[in-house]
Amino acid sequence: MWVAFKRIIRSGGIGFWRNAFVSLSSVFVMTVALFVIGSIMMIDQILGASLAQIESKVDINVYFTVEAPESDIQALQTRLEALPEVAEVTYTSREQALAEFRERHSGDELTIQALEELGDNPLGASLAIRANNTGQYEGIALFLDEQQSSESPQAPVIDRVNFVKNREAIDKLSSIIEVVEKASIIAMLVLIVAAVAITFNTIRLAIYTSREEISVMRLVGASNTFIRGPFMLQGILYGLVSGVLSLVIIYPILIWLGPGTESFFQFNILSYFIGNFGHIFLIIVGSGVFLGLVSSALAVSRYLRV
Amino acid sequence: MCVVDYNSKARFMIYFDKVSKWYSGGNSVAIEDITFQVAPHEFVSIVGHSGAGKSTLLKLLIAEDKPSEGTVFYESIDIHKIPRGKLPKYRRRIGTVFQDFKLLPHKTAFENIAFAMEANGRSDEEIAENVPQALALVDLEDKIFNFPHELSGGEKQRVAIARAIVNQPDIIIADEPTGNLDPIATYEVVQILKKINDLGTTVIMTTHNKGVIDELGRRVLTMDSGKIVRDDASGKYVL
Repeated sequence: MWVAFKRIIRSGGIGFWRNAFVSLSSVFVMTVALFVIGSIMMIDQILGASLAQIESKVDINVYFTVEAPESDIQALQTRLEALPEVAEVTYTSREQALAEFRERHSGDELTIQALEELGDNPLGASLAIRANNTGQYEGIALFLDEQQSSESPQAPVIDRVNFVKNREAIDKLSSIIEVVEKASIIAMLVLIVAAVAITFNTIRLAIYTSREEISVMRLVGASNTFIRGPFMLQGILYGLVSGVLSLVIIYPILIWLGPGTESFFQFNILSYFIGNFGHIFLIIVGSGVFLGLVSSALAVSRYLRV
Repeated sequence: MCVVDYNSKARFMIYFDKVSKWYSGGNSVAIEDITFQVAPHEFVSIVGHSGAGKSTLLKLLIAEDKPSEGTVFYESIDIHKIPRGKLPKYRRRIGTVFQDFKLLPHKTAFENIAFAMEANGRSDEEIAENVPQALALVDLEDKIFNFPHELSGGEKQRVAIARAIVNQPDIIIADEPTGNLDPIATYEVVQILKKINDLGTTVIMTTHNKGVIDELGRRVLTMDSGKIVRDDASGKYVL
């Protein structure tokens, strides 16, 4: 058994080397295919990061009346936090709101003066609510609506909810995110299927050039495993070499793109690549090896039928 | 034609029992109702025009193709009932030589012969010992590390013969082994086949070459349109 294994390894290696031209073209095509898969992975990361970035900027603000007791506000905050759609609720007290207002208008003497004239703090407290995803703001807004309508009209707590104002923007953004996500999944699938098909065909052609050889091997009484082994090993070698090559190509591109993505998306693709290198290496080289192995096994089987 | 004694078929090495083969649903008949036997140590030549069915006969013998009707026995085994997984084992008992040599182009003469031994599960020591012996038998010791494209037609065919005999098969099947060779190479190849036969291996050869047949003076089966029309113990080429 060991002898047969050793022979398969040796003749697979020799085959890879002596069929250099065929090997080279297979490796080239597979490198391109794996490069496409790797690029898709990177683009997906950038896309995901930028969508998350945009999503995190969306929220609903509830502004309370000046008279609203703090206990009521805290009670509402607790109830909001209990909702499954809500990711985070940030409370801004009247004092904080005033401080922020002063800071925002620190250069504007007139407004500050007007504020001083009033004496009392004219600003109400507020709650900023972030949902888990943009589609859920509708539900939260409805909940707040109910809260508002259940209040006694003599002593209102909620002054206004800014969802309606933001609604159009939020709706648009949700639909854009949805479309982008769908499109990227479709694009990915199409590209991956194309990469797999091209690789499969190339290896099939490479083995097609060996079909005579396979028939000769059968004639001298080689078992199917003995014939298939070296070709499968060659497929694995194609995958291994192409996987490493495609990573070598992707790396300098990311060095070039890294600072750009950093400033544009607040997400550095290069540090993501380096940080998750083991993971990415496994996926790219692993899919190369898997593709090479399966393609050669299938291709050889065609010529093994008696 | 001799009368078949069904009880004694085991005495024969190869036994074709009323074998027919047709292609594309019976429209094209390759061989029809063929019955003959080959005894151990025989040297049988099969002659006939192109399309007479010679190659089909050999294909059935190495289980490359299945008969449409009838049975092919090797010793007492019906070779078309051998399970697919066991076929390689059966094929190792037969050495094959073809008109187009069928050497592996990316392997040297040594590796081509060694491959047949590796496929047979022989040890590296046996390979190192037997391959040079086989090459010596076909008089090619000096071309041991040459690739097929560096050899002449006659040399290629001799490498192919060395490959066919290296596992000490019971039979050598040679399909037009001299078809692509010049007269001198033809003579050499036939002499080698004769030598192998003298050493005890059964040889079945198809040929077009009248000179080869007349020079051999061994058993000749003559085929015409898929049938055996003559079977002479020490035949001449008659067509």
